[in-house]
Amino acid sequence: MKKGYKNWGPPLLLISPTIIVLGIFVYGLIGANISVSLSNRNSLVPATEFVGLDNYIALFGEERFIHSLQNLGIFTLFFIGGTMIFGFLWAWMLDKGVTAEGVFRSVFLFPMAISFVASGVVWRWLLNSAEGDRASGLNRVFENLGLDFLQNSWWNDPTWGMAAIALPAIWQLAGYVMALFLSGFRGIPEELREAARMDGATEWKLYRYVIFPQLSPVALSALIIVGHMSLKVFDLIMAITKSIYQTEVPATYLWVALTSNDYAKSATIATILLLFVAVVIVPYLIYTARAEKRQG
Amino acid sequence: MRKPLSIIAGAVALGLVLAGCSSTPSSDPDNADQVEVFTWWASGSEKVGLDALVTVFEEQNPDIEFINASVAGGAGSNAKAALASRLESNDPPDTFQAHAGAELTDYINAGQLQDLSSFYQENGLTDVFPESLIERITVDGAIYSVPSNIHRANVVWANTQVLEDAGIDPMAAPADIDAWLVDLKKLKDAGVETPLALGTEWTQMQLFENVLIADLGAEGYSGLWTGDTAWDDAGVETAIGHYGDLLEYTNSDFAGLDWDAATQIVLDGNAAYNVMGDWAESAFQQAGWTYDNEYTTWATPGTDGVFDFLADSFTLSVGAPHEAAAIDWLTTISSAEGQKAFNLAKGSIPARTDTVAADYPAYQQTAITSFGEDTVVSSLAHGAAASIAWSGDISSAIGKFGADRDAASLLSGLVAAADKAQG
Repeated sequence: MKKGYKNWGPPLLLISPTIIVLGIFVYGLIGANISVSLSNRNSLVPATEFVGLDNYIALFGEERFIHSLQNLGIFTLFFIGGTMIFGFLWAWMLDKGVTAEGVFRSVFLFPMAISFVASGVVWRWLLNSAEGDRASGLNRVFENLGLDFLQNSWWNDPTWGMAAIALPAIWQLAGYVMALFLSGFRGIPEELREAARMDGATEWKLYRYVIFPQLSPVALSALIIVGHMSLKVFDLIMAITKSIYQTEVPATYLWVALTSNDYAKSATIATILLLFVAVVIVPYLIYTARAEKRQG
Repeated sequence: MRKPLSIIAGAVALGLVLAGCSSTPSSDPDNADQVEVFTWWASGSEKVGLDALVTVFEEQNPDIEFINASVAGGAGSNAKAALASRLESNDPPDTFQAHAGAELTDYINAGQLQDLSSFYQENGLTDVFPESLIERITVDGAIYSVPSNIHRANVVWANTQVLEDAGIDPMAAPADIDAWLVDLKKLKDAGVETPLALGTEWTQMQLFENVLIADLGAEGYSGLWTGDTAWDDAGVETAIGHYGDLLEYTNSDFAGLDWDAATQIVLDGNAAYNVMGDWAESAFQQAGWTYDNEYTTWATPGTDGVFDFLADSFTLSVGAPHEAAAIDWLTTISSAEGQKAFNLAKGSIPARTDTVAADYPAYQQTAITSFGEDTVVSSLAHGAAASIAWSGDISSAIGKFGADRDAASLLSGLVAAADKAQG
């Protein structure tokens, strides 16, 4: 008995502050948030009754919320696609061997050091949608280069505007994905490539059957990391456009609902966002846990 | 023996962290000679105005200590969030700033504001404030706030040079929206690509409310907020049509511009008109322009004789720790002296009709005259006409229209928003 206590006592004591703080400030508040989302606290007046899923049903019946989901979908698609493609390309090129690799690595990684808000302020100007005389930012560059046909309304486009918002996000995160892929490339032993070449594999076959399978765990991690960041996007949009209908995503809608005192609605959106992120993260956690077990 | 000690140490550390998080307001409920005033006037002309007001207050009440509980940032949204959490925890400031009118609805429904009708009677405010203003800020027979300053939202700011170049007399305002559209077309034909400058969502909402007033008239427009005018009224449809026509003459990048950037387009001579509240005056002053010379203003076409008002106002919280002193503060705000000091500094006009117009600059003089004579209606874009949630829904519908120009969808969005708010 005494021995058992000595075994699990000290570790438990060590992690107990974390457990308590996490328990209150993360899980406790998630619980509180969910309970608000199930109440009729739609104004400053305290909640009077439990309304079940009414807030959720109302939200999904709203054209505005569906629109914010569509925006988020377009943003996520381009953000993930862009970061994965550029990240992979850069990593592949660096892996092929270039002079001054360290310089390129740093250059591609640097944007990540900037906060979304700071880069958003700059991109707000770069992505200014004015064309012609009053053009500024990228549109002005195109005009000066005689590439007028490239001028466009960027995020002001009603349908694909969110793809323009994804540009700065790709610019910031592609370097990070590159670093992940590069470490993946470096983790593949040279012997494997040599062996494949000895067996007469073409370069394409080498990648298809040797390199890509080895990179898939890295790709999955990158996908998860970028994906969950994309679902939570808020600061970048607030910095570029503020909270307006055209670029509204669930996170900015949440903020609007909160500032107009509709606590139940904002809690509902928060819960939905949490579920979205969970859909992305939980399978990944299960997957890594299994992988560890297999190795262990 | 050691372990319990470390637990205690941990608990103490946690306690310290938590204590550090809660700000300690210097307001002391037991000290009656204090008043805590909550605002978002923390910078610029607003801060100057507040300071001027405090000077008058301290002259009138030398014994009372003024505690400035202003919260900066986000055009008041940070302050509103901070205020909501203070009200929630039953720690209200004695008095707080809020837009006069329907934006107070949430606070009133939550029972957080005291009725100030008797204060109005005692100080004779019902006689010195215009009757139509009193009407606008009365809710079920009670008044919950004291306006400190009045702004006008139906003003067109015009660049006289651009208009003259196109052969338009800048001093003659078009009679209605149709006449205005003719002038806009003339300007476009004369080479002014974007004759009407426009900005982000709330400025679109302000332009739309101007068109609503023009097409429905003051009474019809006010009826929209009381339920007397239906949102599917033919006049609203006309207004949506007019608004869509006006958008054809605006700068295409409006969604990304703040109001000052839109006003700047007029200053740069790339646009002839901008519909903006009268805080735009400061931009023209800073550019060194003189009224009726480089620029001029008139009421938005079709809204002549109507004053589309918005106002900052102060409330009296339920459970205010220093109620007597807070009433002294409200007295200063509503006094002729307090209103003059504040409004001269902020560039707005007093709510009182006994104002001496000659004390104010040229633009304000015109506003003071109109305020005394015109029918006052409540501004939608600035919280006077509709509750926060309702105006948020309208703002979203208008932002959508700015992107897709779908008139039917705007109309149904407006009707749905009204049904939700009034239902």
